[in-house]
Amino acid sequence: MIEDKPLTSRMRSDGRAVSLQEYVAAGGYQGLRAALQLSRHQVIEQVAHSNLKGRGGAGFPTAKKWGLIPTDLARQPRYFVVNADEMEPGTMKDRLLMEGDPHQLIEGMIIGSYAVYASVAYLFIRGEYRQSNEVMKQAIAEAYQAGYLGQKILGSDFGLDLHVHTSAGRYMCGEETATLNALEGKRAIPRFKPPHPPVVGVWGKPTAFNNVETICCVPHILREGAHYFRSLSRTEDGGTKIYGASGRVKTPGLWELPMGTSAREIIFEHAGGVPDGCRFRGCLPGGASTAFLLEDHLDAPMDFMSLQAHGSRLGTGTLVVLDDTVCPVGMMLSLEIFFARESCGWCTPCREGLPWIAAMLEALEKGQGRQEDLHILQEHCDLLLLGRTFCALAPGAVDPLRSALKYFHDDFRRHVINRRCPWS
Amino acid sequence: MLTIYIHNEPYRVKAGINLLEACLSLGFNVPYFCWHPAIKSVGACRQCAVKVFKGPEDTRGTLLMSCVVPVADGMRISIDDPEAVHFRARVIEWLMLNHPHDCPVCDEGGECHLQDMTVMTGHVQRRTRFPKRTHVNQDLGPFVAHEMNRCIQCYRCQRFYCDYAGGRDFGVFGWHDGVYFGRAQSGTLQSEFAGNLVEVCPTGVFTDKSLAQHYTRKWDLTTGPSICVHCGLGCNTIPGARYGQLRRVYSRFNSQVNGYFLCDRGRYGYEFVNSDRRILQPRLRQEDGSLAPVAKAQALAFVGQALQRGKAIGIGSPRASLETNFALRKLVGAEHYFQGESAQKSAISEAILDCLQRGPTPTVSLHEVETCDAVLLLGEDVLNTAPMLGLAIRQASRNQPLEEVARLNVPFWLDLVARLITQDQIGPIFIAATGATRLDGLARQIYRAAPDDLARIGLAIAHLVDPTAPEVSRLPDDAFSFAHPVAEVLKAAKRPLIVSGPSLGSVELIHAAANAAWALTRAGKDARLCYAAESCNSLGAAMLGGGDLTAALELLRSGQADTVLIVENDLRRHMPENDFEELLSLARCVIAVDHLEQATTQRAHCVLPAATFAEAEGTLINNEGRAQRFYKVLPPPAAVQESWRWMGELWVASGRGEASPWPNFDAIVAALASEFAIFKDVPALAPPASFRQVGQKIGRQPHRYSGRTAETADQTVFEPPPPEDADSALAFSMEGTPLEPPSALIPRYWAPGWNSLAALNKFQIEVGGPLHDGDPGQRLIAPKPYPQSPYFKDFVSPFARRPQQFLVVPHHHIYGSEPLSAASAPVASLCPKPYIALNGADAAAAGIAGADQEVVLSLAGASLRLSVILDSTLAASLAAVPAGIAPFEGLDLPAWGTIAAAPAGGQRGGGGS
Ligand SMILES: Cc1cc2nc3c(=O)[nH]c(=O)nc-3n(C[C@H](O)[C@H](O)[C@H](O)COP(=O)(O)O)c2cc1C
Ligand code: SF4
Ligand code: SF4
Ligand code: SF4
Ligand code: FES
Repeated sequence: MIEDKPLTSRMRSDGRAVSLQEYVAAGGYQGLRAALQLSRHQVIEQVAHSNLKGRGGAGFPTAKKWGLIPTDLARQPRYFVVNADEMEPGTMKDRLLMEGDPHQLIEGMIIGSYAVYASVAYLFIRGEYRQSNEVMKQAIAEAYQAGYLGQKILGSDFGLDLHVHTSAGRYMCGEETATLNALEGKRAIPRFKPPHPPVVGVWGKPTAFNNVETICCVPHILREGAHYFRSLSRTEDGGTKIYGASGRVKTPGLWELPMGTSAREIIFEHAGGVPDGCRFRGCLPGGASTAFLLEDHLDAPMDFMSLQAHGSRLGTGTLVVLDDTVCPVGMMLSLEIFFARESCGWCTPCREGLPWIAAMLEALEKGQGRQEDLHILQEHCDLLLLGRTFCALAPGAVDPLRSALKYFHDDFRRHVINRRCPWS
Repeated sequence: MLTIYIHNEPYRVKAGINLLEACLSLGFNVPYFCWHPAIKSVGACRQCAVKVFKGPEDTRGTLLMSCVVPVADGMRISIDDPEAVHFRARVIEWLMLNHPHDCPVCDEGGECHLQDMTVMTGHVQRRTRFPKRTHVNQDLGPFVAHEMNRCIQCYRCQRFYCDYAGGRDFGVFGWHDGVYFGRAQSGTLQSEFAGNLVEVCPTGVFTDKSLAQHYTRKWDLTTGPSICVHCGLGCNTIPGARYGQLRRVYSRFNSQVNGYFLCDRGRYGYEFVNSDRRILQPRLRQEDGSLAPVAKAQALAFVGQALQRGKAIGIGSPRASLETNFALRKLVGAEHYFQGESAQKSAISEAILDCLQRGPTPTVSLHEVETCDAVLLLGEDVLNTAPMLGLAIRQASRNQPLEEVARLNVPFWLDLVARLITQDQIGPIFIAATGATRLDGLARQIYRAAPDDLARIGLAIAHLVDPTAPEVSRLPDDAFSFAHPVAEVLKAAKRPLIVSGPSLGSVELIHAAANAAWALTRAGKDARLCYAAESCNSLGAAMLGGGDLTAALELLRSGQADTVLIVENDLRRHMPENDFEELLSLARCVIAVDHLEQATTQRAHCVLPAATFAEAEGTLINNEGRAQRFYKVLPPPAAVQESWRWMGELWVASGRGEASPWPNFDAIVAALASEFAIFKDVPALAPPASFRQVGQKIGRQPHRYSGRTAETADQTVFEPPPPEDADSALAFSMEGTPLEPPSALIPRYWAPGWNSLAALNKFQIEVGGPLHDGDPGQRLIAPKPYPQSPYFKDFVSPFARRPQQFLVVPHHHIYGSEPLSAASAPVASLCPKPYIALNGADAAAAGIAGADQEVVLSLAGASLRLSVILDSTLAASLAAVPAGIAPFEGLDLPAWGTIAAAPAGGQRGGGGS
């Protein structure tokens, strides 16, 4: 039988991490063995054929990213960094992968490092993920012992050191260039691009940078082939996806499903739909920094292209669901308080604009909102665009707000006119 | 050059720069905050947004931050695009959300970049009603005040203080709209350049604490072009005065010298001008032995007679202008004129002048130091003796790492990226010194030894670079293992620089540095040679010539002289106490001309009040032989005048003529130039006093100067005419031409809409570049291309320890070792107490228990009671004492001394000899 849940099928029902023996017994590290038989270029080609796109939010083709790393080896060492900072509200898929099956990620990191000639790899884990940290550290120790890490891996000429870096904790530490600064012990502010990390990355050296889920896909591509990986998907983008749902659903959770599964299927089949007697109003499809989808949009495949037609993005693929028992203004307030607090403070529009947005939303919720607040909120949505702000945090922060102002405009107006929150 | 289109008009701009620089250089007004011409682009504030179009057909364009976009040929942009205009106004609005708007009580008010940019963007209406965030301020020491609520988070302060100047006790703290700029906790800022925060910060967060003691708005300051007098580098300054008091010193841009910055000694040393120790009246010794104020005529008559009757000698000063020293020399005659420095110091100044002219290696301006890519510091602790040279060397240390930035096609001005690529790599800097120096953190290798051994290192490197340079015998292994790699790295560099200076009192060191530099030049390198200089006119004094103080004393001893006229010099600082006393007892009459009361003026028979740099004009020669002009900032107090003018009056009083040969400044400059070939270009340094722009002088006061009619209203309701200034084209008036003055006469930076220092952009050929008609000042000396380098064949023997003795070496202190700044209250608070430093092993061997123990140092016939400091970096058998700080003034160091535990009781800090 063809395995249709390659990322999660080995996971134990008791929640304990898959051990090295269990992982190997289930075919683990075969992808690495296969990769080491190939040239580094061939590994990248395989990944290219698989149509693997980054699961960190932006959906950038992984092979293309690796291909940007200079082929001449003048600047050494090179690094392979995996982003496990996962602090996007509503998102907990990377945690599942690390705590459930840590060797899958380690194997992916070794293959990726081999492909880009990296000799040092870092796993940058969110500080609050204590268990992920422990599980990963233990698994890495096992991998060293078994000869999957260290010098001359599996008898090849390839060697790799893998370090876990525990984040000091900020949402911003997950933005790729801020992650690299944090890794270097600097303030987690973003870097100017270009040059991109493949050219100037951590410690100024060429660096591959990917999300946990992205890298967890890699062993399966190498072991079962690119064709297999593409066949798992319902759309152009290859593979399965760990989708999730939280908020106003009956059974929140995470599910590994074919890429391109619709939001309707996720919410109403897997998450049990909104609580009885409640009406679905909308959802953020990929964590907090994506725009709302309405009922009408729910049949679109949840892949990297299709949601754009509805003004949104796949993001992390973990839905946050809103129903009619919750005030959309209140929901936006709690999100914008988060974003304002997590702004790194580097660029003006975000550092100053987000707290202002939060202050206006708070006033609205308290019944102290003014008509012009709605205008100023809209203005911020029009101004905090990528390129005007320094990084993607602020644009991500106004994406849901912009759609909320559009779809729930009456609710906002009622806050002003009635001088109170209709839900309070 | 390439062409860009702004509002569809073509403009020629320099390739390789960014759009913001291009726009500003072309004279367009684009608001900005985080960009600074010296600390470059990071793209943080988003204030400099402009529209960039893909081509003539693109009508929508893209909003981009001009400071991070390189110019490209054919680029089309719009500054006035409505979307760009709107966005820039919103950025100001955001910045203003939390700003306290306390301009009326803010020391930045009236010269605030934030004010200017706010007006420029047209944001006028406050739309927010929410509470502002607040911060707690810190006490940052005597120089810089802190008011964090005014911060707009442009990150300039941190980028200057830490990235540019290498400070480590400052940073960014916190997150989101709570980011905080300051220290981990209150405490004096440790950087030598902390005062620049005042200028670098575009708001009133960091302001000048010394100015706050006697605060005046910029528009009420009388200002003029001046030169720093607190070391030999000649940084250009703009001092400001009001009501007869000097209020502050700001940097004056000179692309060749100090660029945009100053050191804190230079910025805060000025308060000596306002000191209680100022001499404001002629004083004459009375029957009862006291010195009492007398009328000018009486003093002139006394001195005139003394000069006529006696056999007079004149003693000049390395801190007095060329004109003053020259006038003295004319008054007493060349053979009776002395330089005013000890034999040791004179010999060093002369050696430096000689080395810069007789060898093939050119010297450097501070700007050129920044272009060197490998540096050897031989014996000079530059951050303490010539601070801005240290800042320039820090920039030089980035040049080799920056090559990688260029290889990756990243523009060097994209500072955020450039520093990512270079990380903490440092180009080759090598330091050979007697102990730790403040630049050690930059050093690839450090060698610590006694001065003679340092000289031998220099000579050895010369020989390693060029085998025809004299060899050094008996070089120990550790010396060789330092010298060898240094020689290799210097040889491999493009532009190696050798730095030395006078502070260790060693002519051999000066020669050794020259040999090393000459060897590099001979090896085909574009090498450079740089010497620090101790005083603001050390090299000028050396150029004028004249004997040293030993020779002067000889003349008195032999009876060939009995009257001494001392100008702007405290002889006690240049001779040991015994010699000083002997000189005073031998002289029948001692006349001192100076501005501050000091040991010599206290003992003189007659004292004439001299103008300080702020009340005089003159020419100073800096460490690279560059002649620079300074002008009055305020008229001298009634009885005070320039020393050269006193000399002219003494000329008449002593019966030399009917009138002063130098009725005005131009006359003395002309006389100087006609007598000394080397000074022939000095008159051309700046326009003469007769210079007018559209028939007008240049006003030292801004056109918004206020309260003019009220200034003297307590005495008369009639407004007195402004004081005449016959010596320059500057006027003590707000009347003057609105045109831009010639660069040597720019009294302040101001342009319509640009009230802050950033107005400087409007005075430059291109931002960051030279002033419109060239930077003022001119180097008077040049190297001599030789077929062969004229190596010194000095044979320096290895340092030989002496049992039970220490070689006492001077360690210089940025605050304290220079006397004028030490008389400035904020600086004085940071001067060290006298001490003697020993390394632990030596101390233990001498039976000294540890730090803080009281010892008696016997040195040159004096017994000095001192407290011990342990300094593990000090080379063996050396003892270090603070240079120029009592009781060490006037001592020629290094010198051998002995140390013994002090008997109980007694006075510390140099009790009796
Ligand atoms: C504010 C911000 C936070 C982010 N946080 C994360 C994160 O926690 N984990 C993650 O994988 N990507 C995060 N990203 C996306 C990363 O910048 C990056 O695109 C991604 O890690 C690249 O991996 P991929 O190509 O495998 O998707 C964040 C982006 C932004 C702007
Ligand atoms: S948008 Fe600006 S302030 Fe916000 S996180 Fe990014 S760089 Fe920092
Ligand atoms: S203190 Fe001044 S220089 Fe520093 S960030 Fe604030 S406004 Fe900018
Ligand atoms: S470096 Fe020297 S000349 Fe420059 S400001 Fe400091 S003391 Fe003055
Ligand atoms: S000046 Fe360009 S972003 Fe600050």
